[in-house]
Amino acid sequence: MRRLFFPFLTVLCLIAPLSDGFAQISASSADFDTQTITLALTQEPPQLNSMKATDQVSALILGHVMEGLLSYDRRGKIIPGVAEKWEIDSTGATFWLRKDARWSDGKPVTADDFLFAWQTALKPETASEYSFILYSIGNAEDINKGKKPTESLAVTVVDDHTLTVEFETPIGYFDKLVAFTTFFPARRDFFKARGDSYGADAKDLLFNGPFRMTDWVHSASLKMVKNEHYWDRDNIHLNAINADYITEDSRARLNLYIDGKIVHTRLDGETYKDALTQRQRIRSFTTGSVFYLEYNFREDRITTNRNLRKAIQHVFDPEEFVNKVLATPGNLPGRSLFPVWLGGVEDKFRREYKAAEPKIDLALARDYLEKAKVELGVEKIPPLVLLVGNSPTSAKQAEYLQGVFKEKLDIDVKIDIQTFKQRLAKMTSGDFDMVAAGWGPDFDDIMTFGDLFASWNLNNRGRYNNPDYDRLVRIGMTSADPKTRMDAMGELQRILTEDAVIIPQYEQGVIYLMHPKVKGVVRRVVGADPDFRRARIVK
Amino acid sequence: MTDSTLLKTRLQAVSNLDFSPSDTVQSAEQISRPSLSYWQDAWIRLKKNTRALVSLYIVIGLALFTLAGPILWQVDPALQDLNQLSQAPSLPKQAIFVEEHTRWEGIVLENFPAEPEAFLDVLPAPTNLRTAETATTQAVRIAWDPVVGAGGYAVYRNQHLPESINDLGLPLGTKLAGNEVSYEDRLNVEGRDYYYSIVSTDGYDESDTYITLKVTPDLAITKTEALSRGLITEESIVANGETIDLEFHPFGTDYLGRDMLARLMEGARVSLFIGIVAPFLYVMFGIFYGGFAGYFGGNLDAILMRFADFVVALPFLLFMILFKIAFGIGPGESGVLPMLIALVLLGWPATARLVRGQVLQIRTQGYIEAARLLGAKDHYLIIRHIIPNTMGVILVTLTFAVPAAIFTEAFLSFIGMGVAPPTPSWGSMCNEGVKTMLSHPHELFFPALFISTTVLAFNLLGDGLTEALDSRMRSRE
Amino acid sequence: MLAYTFKRLLAGVVTVWFIATATFIAMHSVPGDPLMNDKAVTAEIRANLEKKYGLDKSGPEQYLIFMSNMLRGDFGISFTQQNRKVNDIIRDHFPVSATLGLLAVFFAAIGGIVWGALTAIYRNRLPDIIIMFLVILGISVPSFVFAALGQLSLVKINQLLGSSVIPVAGWGTFGHMLVPSLVLGLGTMALLTRLMRSSMLEVVNEDYIKTAKAKGLSPIRIFFKHQLRNAILPVLTVLGPQIAAITTGGFVVELVFAIPGLGRYFVQAVQQLDYTVIMGTTVFYGAFLVFMVILVDIIYGFVDPRVRLQ
Repeated sequence: MRRLFFPFLTVLCLIAPLSDGFAQISASSADFDTQTITLALTQEPPQLNSMKATDQVSALILGHVMEGLLSYDRRGKIIPGVAEKWEIDSTGATFWLRKDARWSDGKPVTADDFLFAWQTALKPETASEYSFILYSIGNAEDINKGKKPTESLAVTVVDDHTLTVEFETPIGYFDKLVAFTTFFPARRDFFKARGDSYGADAKDLLFNGPFRMTDWVHSASLKMVKNEHYWDRDNIHLNAINADYITEDSRARLNLYIDGKIVHTRLDGETYKDALTQRQRIRSFTTGSVFYLEYNFREDRITTNRNLRKAIQHVFDPEEFVNKVLATPGNLPGRSLFPVWLGGVEDKFRREYKAAEPKIDLALARDYLEKAKVELGVEKIPPLVLLVGNSPTSAKQAEYLQGVFKEKLDIDVKIDIQTFKQRLAKMTSGDFDMVAAGWGPDFDDIMTFGDLFASWNLNNRGRYNNPDYDRLVRIGMTSADPKTRMDAMGELQRILTEDAVIIPQYEQGVIYLMHPKVKGVVRRVVGADPDFRRARIVK
Repeated sequence: MTDSTLLKTRLQAVSNLDFSPSDTVQSAEQISRPSLSYWQDAWIRLKKNTRALVSLYIVIGLALFTLAGPILWQVDPALQDLNQLSQAPSLPKQAIFVEEHTRWEGIVLENFPAEPEAFLDVLPAPTNLRTAETATTQAVRIAWDPVVGAGGYAVYRNQHLPESINDLGLPLGTKLAGNEVSYEDRLNVEGRDYYYSIVSTDGYDESDTYITLKVTPDLAITKTEALSRGLITEESIVANGETIDLEFHPFGTDYLGRDMLARLMEGARVSLFIGIVAPFLYVMFGIFYGGFAGYFGGNLDAILMRFADFVVALPFLLFMILFKIAFGIGPGESGVLPMLIALVLLGWPATARLVRGQVLQIRTQGYIEAARLLGAKDHYLIIRHIIPNTMGVILVTLTFAVPAAIFTEAFLSFIGMGVAPPTPSWGSMCNEGVKTMLSHPHELFFPALFISTTVLAFNLLGDGLTEALDSRMRSRE
Repeated sequence: MLAYTFKRLLAGVVTVWFIATATFIAMHSVPGDPLMNDKAVTAEIRANLEKKYGLDKSGPEQYLIFMSNMLRGDFGISFTQQNRKVNDIIRDHFPVSATLGLLAVFFAAIGGIVWGALTAIYRNRLPDIIIMFLVILGISVPSFVFAALGQLSLVKINQLLGSSVIPVAGWGTFGHMLVPSLVLGLGTMALLTRLMRSSMLEVVNEDYIKTAKAKGLSPIRIFFKHQLRNAILPVLTVLGPQIAAITTGGFVVELVFAIPGLGRYFVQAVQQLDYTVIMGTTVFYGAFLVFMVILVDIIYGFVDPRVRLQ
């Protein structure tokens, strides 16, 4: 026994210190004296190169440590960022950078840093998945496709603090785009020095935002402290933001919150009841994302039949879906591709252009179904394949839909649960009849949703193809007149319902807990969310 | 074992056997007992073991539950009852008939400003919070009197009486005008006590005072719903306000209002199938493989065992997914069979290793040598001596393999790779239940209970069989 | 002895090569596109991505490149954790999983041996029945249930004590490791308890125990010196594979307790089809497992004089 016991302990002692790097965890989640907060991230950011970032966790971190030319205020209005003033007309834009904007090593942020970042994002070798967002800049698309050299980008560095941009085609929302992550700056000398590892670790990044990252222990913690070189440092109250935990498990996060270890956690349909019994104050917020069922419009699919789609439209009750299946507050019944928060001409778009609400009418639906059967020449509609992801919630939603289709229309639904990559592969190759999909906004303009079902859009996985739709999208993208654009989008919204292109399910809302002593946290539809940049801790 | 306990057992043995009254019916002439085969003998010993026998009955009961249950309890396990989501086990419930739900425009006061003329420092809470109509599970409509200076109201709902402003419960929604003084709540309303609270806001920030109202909605059902659920027929005439018995769910319902009992029965098919058939198959294969390798030994043994090592080290998850796809489980199929095959293909080496070790040991024993010298053939040796003597180890492995297989299935459900819905399994039900274990414990309790019972039964039965089949036990009687 | 070890190690290397090849083929035949993401990309960008990860080459070519890199100990760059070397991922996160796993096995071994011995002593009496009931509970409740319950009870304990005494989740100190490793080790503890029990009962009937008794040794001495020592041997054989199984099977516990272990990377990699991470972790784990089995066999030869290794 002794002989075995000893090596065992030795091995244990040898290995234990190896994991010492993880042993710094703050005492309290919101500390008034040091103005420090502690968070839990849902996932590890894949990397933090702003030109290549695609996911929400990266956007959250980058939003705190970087700053673009423009930014959003707490009500979601565009405000100055690195640029202190700007002018945009139909042919181009000019930005005047503030002189006191500095990188975390103290050197000034210059116009060249933006030019370099945009050129790098567009370089074919970078293979940035978000490069398309820069396409409104002159020659950008050609550069991205390798047809023109990167130097041909229609951006001019007039001097260190002036930057001009020429547009490829007129665009009505360039100011909103500039606030997006892909437009964040990067410094040429630093980027070149780091090479391939730029953004892979805390030491491989330079920051120009209100915070800078000091430490990143992969899949364990990520620490940020106030950036002493930030131009508006006097209005930044927090000294440090520590993301000490990384877990997807919502129950684990709730337990951490109750234990006073983190200041914020998102709740779901399963955990909110526990939060209620723990007498925690629950808040709600609409994320701005829209979830819907997408049909397959490829030629051989029965979902190309409009009457079939209409039949489904008249039995799917988004209100029941939101109240009984999602069953958490904050979600809104899906009525349109365009969520309620989008701006229109003067007011909100959805108030100016009301979305039609298809009646839930079983008799009408069965009429449509009969017509569909005649047109398709079948006795019974063959089973429909519903492609969903492998998260527990998507399985639950699929089961509900299966029940509705069977009970109301006697249509069998085959649920096809696939892991992330397999689902994407099937979506792209068109191996489905219906797919549960969602779209989150990239920038604060209606076109972030509007062009989704344009025939050229690669994210239009069902290959919906309607020349009218395409025409309206072009108006929306290139017109500078708000009224013309919104009229086009209003018409587009009508087509979507009339043609039953998609079945909107819900506009996502989340419920969450936030430490009562932490004030000034902003929840955002676009950009870093939750935004702790201007947060402070009260006594 | 200490000396004293040994002595005690011996004393017991003496008292039990030697001093029990002899069987009077038996003829005195017959001295020797009839010759018993190995298996008869084992059966007699098993029957003496109460625990093992009870377990055997439980196993038979489980088989009946799975096979005969659905005939007795004819409820569709996939039928959703959105009026009874996540109901705990209870007696049959009654609901009252109500009209179809129609949109409620709410109360908007015309002679009251929508936006406050001035921002007040202190906003009082609204007064006269009341239900606008009878509250039912279809909708709860509440209304209140406006507050001067308010630019909106926030509506909360809780399941206990709020103690402070931080304990108002779920934020149901907000009204963004001072003259909108009503709210309709349809968010998964159950027939239980709710405490609605209203807080005035100036359009942006909430005030610190609130008013609370207790509401207990009646369980409600519409005629169309009752019809589609088969509770009434097309001809029946029902008036609003009449009551009707709802479906009975003895074990409660799950998150989509499906009958737990029916789902447990359906889930038993998957879990027991995977949990029993897979281990049985791979243990059989393992015995064959390990026995073969162990008995013949030498280079063949070395090669076979290296191959087993190789299979053990394969990444289980990756191959599981691969098999799932390779066997082409298309949309709509449950994927039980591919899972079974994958389990068998990846699970056998452990048993093979174990059996081989045993066989290697037994092969050198004296009685084998003796039998061989007496001219016994290989197959005789294997069937008569080697297998019975490895039975104990095999059965322990088997009883452990049952829960392991059930858990593998549960783990795959946990990461979203399990059997495809709507097919339930105990493991996936457990996985769903663990998320709501505090608010709806029955959704975890029942599947967990069934898994535990199954595992317990197989373990005790396994123990009993080990003792019954152990030839060394024979000599002690 | 040395020759035996060498032979086993050689066989181990062949096994690892087999595993690598089988995984490589399996991984590439799983449908789905490792380079695809939420946002669709143009054909040009896609071509660049393929070039970056070497997916533009043919299958056999990729295999050869991978094998030659593997021989040099380089598993390449992760697809999802862009810019991170797979070697770095293993180096950073394996120690965490290993610490957790070894601690779990340690608890399981101590618990299994003590409980197993107790049940054998009190055979068919109350302590035996109680322990065996707990054992069965231990193997009949899925680990995700135990993990959730374990964490919940930590929250309750901290609430009762009024301060956070034992961390609820995270990694770093011994306090962080205690409950996760106990949860992780439960199944193994149950298995070892049962093995120990039957092993103890078998040893009781051996001749050397009778001899010892006849010599007049004290029961306590017999128990510790002869019975326990000999009964532990078969238990050790399963320990090797168990260590490997536990260190690789901690995904659920790692997720629930927010532990930065390698298990999470592997499961994510499989789901995200992260080719390089799948290959890296599989080969590494495979080698680890093979090594553990060999190690246990060799140790067994040292401990049990009856076993002669050739």
